Amino acid sequence: MLSVVVFLPLLAALVLLAVPVLPGRAALAVWVTVAAVELALLTGMWLAADLGAGVTDGLDYEQRVPWIPGVGSSYHVGVDGLSLPLLLMTAGVFLAAGIYSLAEDKRPREYSALFLFLLSMSLGVFASLDLLVFFVFFDLSIVGMYFVIAGWGHAGAARAALQFFLYTFLGSLAMLVAFLGLYVAAGTFDMVELARNPPLESKPVAAGFVLLALSIGLAVKTPTVPFHTWLPPAHTDAPAAGSAVLAAVLLKMGTYGFVRIAMPILPEAWRRYALVFVVVGVVSILYGALVALAQDDLKRMIAYTSVNHMGYVLLGLGAAGVLSGGDAEQARAVAVTGAMMQMVSHGLITAALFLLAGVLYERGHSYDMRRYGGLAGPMPRFAALFAVGAFASLGIPGFTGFLAEFQIFAGSLATVPVAAALGIVGILLTAALFLAALQRVFAGPAGELTERIGGVPTVRAGGKAVKTGLRPKLRVDVNPRELAAVAPLLLLALVLGLVPRPLLDLIEPAARTVTELVS
Amino acid sequence: MNENPVALAPEALLLLGAVSILLVGSFVPRRSQWVTRALTALTLLAALAASITAAGDPGEVVYDGIWAVDGVTTAARLIVLPATLLTLGLAIPQVQGDKRETEFSVLLMLGALGALALAGASDLMVLAVAYLLASLPLYALAGFARDPSGTEAALKLYLLGAFLGIAMLLGVTLLYGVAGATTYAELAERLPDAPRAPVALGVVCLLAGLMFKVGGVPGHFWVPDVAQGARTPAAAFTTTVPKVGGLVAAYRVLDAVPTAVVDWPLLVAILAGLTMTLGNLAAFFQDSPRRLLGWSTVSQAGYLLMAVAVAGRADLAMPSLLLYLAAYSVTNLGAFAVVACLERRQTLADYRGLARNRPALAGALAICLLGLVGTPPTAVFVGKVVVFGAAWDGGFAWLVVLAAVNTVASLFYYLRWLASAFGTDAASTGTAARAPDEDRAGTWWAEFAAVTAGASVIALGVFGGPVLELATTPLLR
Repeated sequence: MLSVVVFLPLLAALVLLAVPVLPGRAALAVWVTVAAVELALLTGMWLAADLGAGVTDGLDYEQRVPWIPGVGSSYHVGVDGLSLPLLLMTAGVFLAAGIYSLAEDKRPREYSALFLFLLSMSLGVFASLDLLVFFVFFDLSIVGMYFVIAGWGHAGAARAALQFFLYTFLGSLAMLVAFLGLYVAAGTFDMVELARNPPLESKPVAAGFVLLALSIGLAVKTPTVPFHTWLPPAHTDAPAAGSAVLAAVLLKMGTYGFVRIAMPILPEAWRRYALVFVVVGVVSILYGALVALAQDDLKRMIAYTSVNHMGYVLLGLGAAGVLSGGDAEQARAVAVTGAMMQMVSHGLITAALFLLAGVLYERGHSYDMRRYGGLAGPMPRFAALFAVGAFASLGIPGFTGFLAEFQIFAGSLATVPVAAALGIVGILLTAALFLAALQRVFAGPAGELTERIGGVPTVRAGGKAVKTGLRPKLRVDVNPRELAAVAPLLLLALVLGLVPRPLLDLIEPAARTVTELVS
Repeated sequence: MNENPVALAPEALLLLGAVSILLVGSFVPRRSQWVTRALTALTLLAALAASITAAGDPGEVVYDGIWAVDGVTTAARLIVLPATLLTLGLAIPQVQGDKRETEFSVLLMLGALGALALAGASDLMVLAVAYLLASLPLYALAGFARDPSGTEAALKLYLLGAFLGIAMLLGVTLLYGVAGATTYAELAERLPDAPRAPVALGVVCLLAGLMFKVGGVPGHFWVPDVAQGARTPAAAFTTTVPKVGGLVAAYRVLDAVPTAVVDWPLLVAILAGLTMTLGNLAAFFQDSPRRLLGWSTVSQAGYLLMAVAVAGRADLAMPSLLLYLAAYSVTNLGAFAVVACLERRQTLADYRGLARNRPALAGALAICLLGLVGTPPTAVFVGKVVVFGAAWDGGFAWLVVLAAVNTVASLFYYLRWLASAFGTDAASTGTAARAPDEDRAGTWWAEFAAVTAGASVIALGVFGGPVLELATTPLLR
């Protein structure tokens, strides 16, 4: 069942490539349909799932077929409370990106096939329970995203795509070295077996190096400071749907790797170096927010807030590894739960923000916030949607972002109070930067691009209103297609923020297992 | 004494085929030279069939212990023969109608025979003869076009081959001198008591010759020149098939040398590290696709040598070497097949617009180049994982890290090529119009070879597990 979910999009992609006569619109419709089917299947699996503690035990929809028995690797997939939320989020984000892209007119068939391929690979990453299989999907998702950026990006795309590929490939190779180290120590690539009997417990030096290689690999993907430099150009030059998928899904592969691989398989080393992760998390929070504050480019700004948001995740996971007496167990589990929540929350909200950035680019052909202003006039619905997204992202109560960050801070205050306090400063900075952005783009006098977009009647010399090029509001403001892509994401972030119990019930057992494993 | 002639049936078929096709070719008019090509393909298929039939047999060492016919030899046959067939296919646009087409086919067969002899040699004298047999046809192949660049390539190949061949003979003499025997079985028995200095010198000299075949440092100087200067099919063959023979031969002979006498694992590991690094660095800013591929084969030789460095010390050493060799052969030939279809595109920039004009070729190119990087799920990925695993297991974790760094670096130049082929920036539309329009007639076979190779690269990657099982066979001496 799970394998069907993973490979169905790939199959659809192959069909799309094999049938060249298919019109572009139909090809894009296939993307939307397949993503919707995936979402429905995964939701059904969630409702029917019989999940236990997760990670080492009680996984559902497990399937294991020998792949390279010579090195103890098998095609092993399954879901638990760590992977299922991300699988659902992935399908949802791809559905939204598909709806958004329905009007894509640049080689739509290939575009659709590429995204379906990416969907398969992303689901595969979160579903796999074997390090080699995980690596296969992880690497292929990079290849897919490279072609998305290089083929459909903006002006500087070739360079940004190359940088993206080289950087994240470096990360994945560091990760592969770590996997080989685990294999040489344990004789298997199976994550469940490795988590049950963590290798390298008695070899602290080797464990340290393996964790180092693994962390570099995952930190590049996440990305955390100082490995984040590939992210802003990749986002700036990627098409909107590509950006949304990159931020919402591909970044999660890094943080997911920390929870799924680093913590359960190298618990000893994770505890020993937990403070390093806390520090890297806090630095990412503050640095990401400060740099975002200084951006004039809307997409770069959102990209840097991703660095900031992933910093919270790392703070929570690091805090879970800091042991301070037996009573903090509950708090540490809360931190891990918060980190998982943050992954889902960031996926939904940032995907919406990047799609909205795409809406803006389609009208003004620029992300430069200095050239907009007063956009709330011609585009009121866009302004409203963006404001909702911005508030959700800065962690206003009611949305998932608030819940996730609250849990992370509540959990980490118990073990690393200073870091938590510093992290809260990050929230203030995020609030400031989003408010500043809202003000620059939507309030104030109309900027040059606002005039061009809206054909706003502005008072010119001689006091005469010039109404050249005035277009009907419907075409200027967010159209139904864009609304259908963005609104559900934000709505979901709101609903899950108000009624978090189902999601928490899914995450909490697995988060507790991870906490126990690193205890 | 075991003198089972059937054991060497595939090799004998190749030899007989080569001689008779040469004769047939001289009686066939030039217009009908395709007959000899078909006969060559038939001979290769017959040899392949004979190899597959013999695959299940228990291994034996025939003719007084000088030629091992074990699972490893079988594996080498199953790599070399399809690789030669693939080369024959990708050569068609080039050699079709050439007045020396028969000679080309015959030289290919003799080169393949030499590689098989290298892979099977279990005796120093056979190794020396196999070296010559594997080298001489290549000199002729490299200069096949009789143009200045081909002549230069052939001359470079010949001089280096002759020089390192003499070094190898010296090594053979030294080892024979101290051990008093030439078969590997006897060497393994007697070398532990032999004086260290001559053994060490002998091993180093022997390795020098094999490094020429492998295309590794310090015998790598010919690779870029042959890759660029010789005709594409000759370049493809010369950078692929001899590696199979050379690496298996190196594995066999080093396995017989006790590490207590000479620390050859460290020497091979250092050579592996140098080879992959040099190959990568040199490939970085190459603008000619063939020269780039040439340097890339040097770096691949470095990864392959990692498995030789842990010969006998890691369970996976031999299976991983064979798997990587199979993966490398098909991937490298696939990339050369694409080049053979697009002979008029001389620089990376000329590949612009390929994705639009020839999507099948562009797809094969993407699969093969990403395959050479080692992107999953291609064959080389599985090869790299097992080779890296074996090297780490054998105590060379530093070499694994170096190889991983090199792999990342290699991505850069492969991507330059791919970016050009798939590029969509505004400039490409202009150049695409000016891009040399290929003469499509005749490249059908080469395109078929490229697509076949691309499909095999994926298949071998997905089914790498069973292949690795097959390659897990004991080494006889």
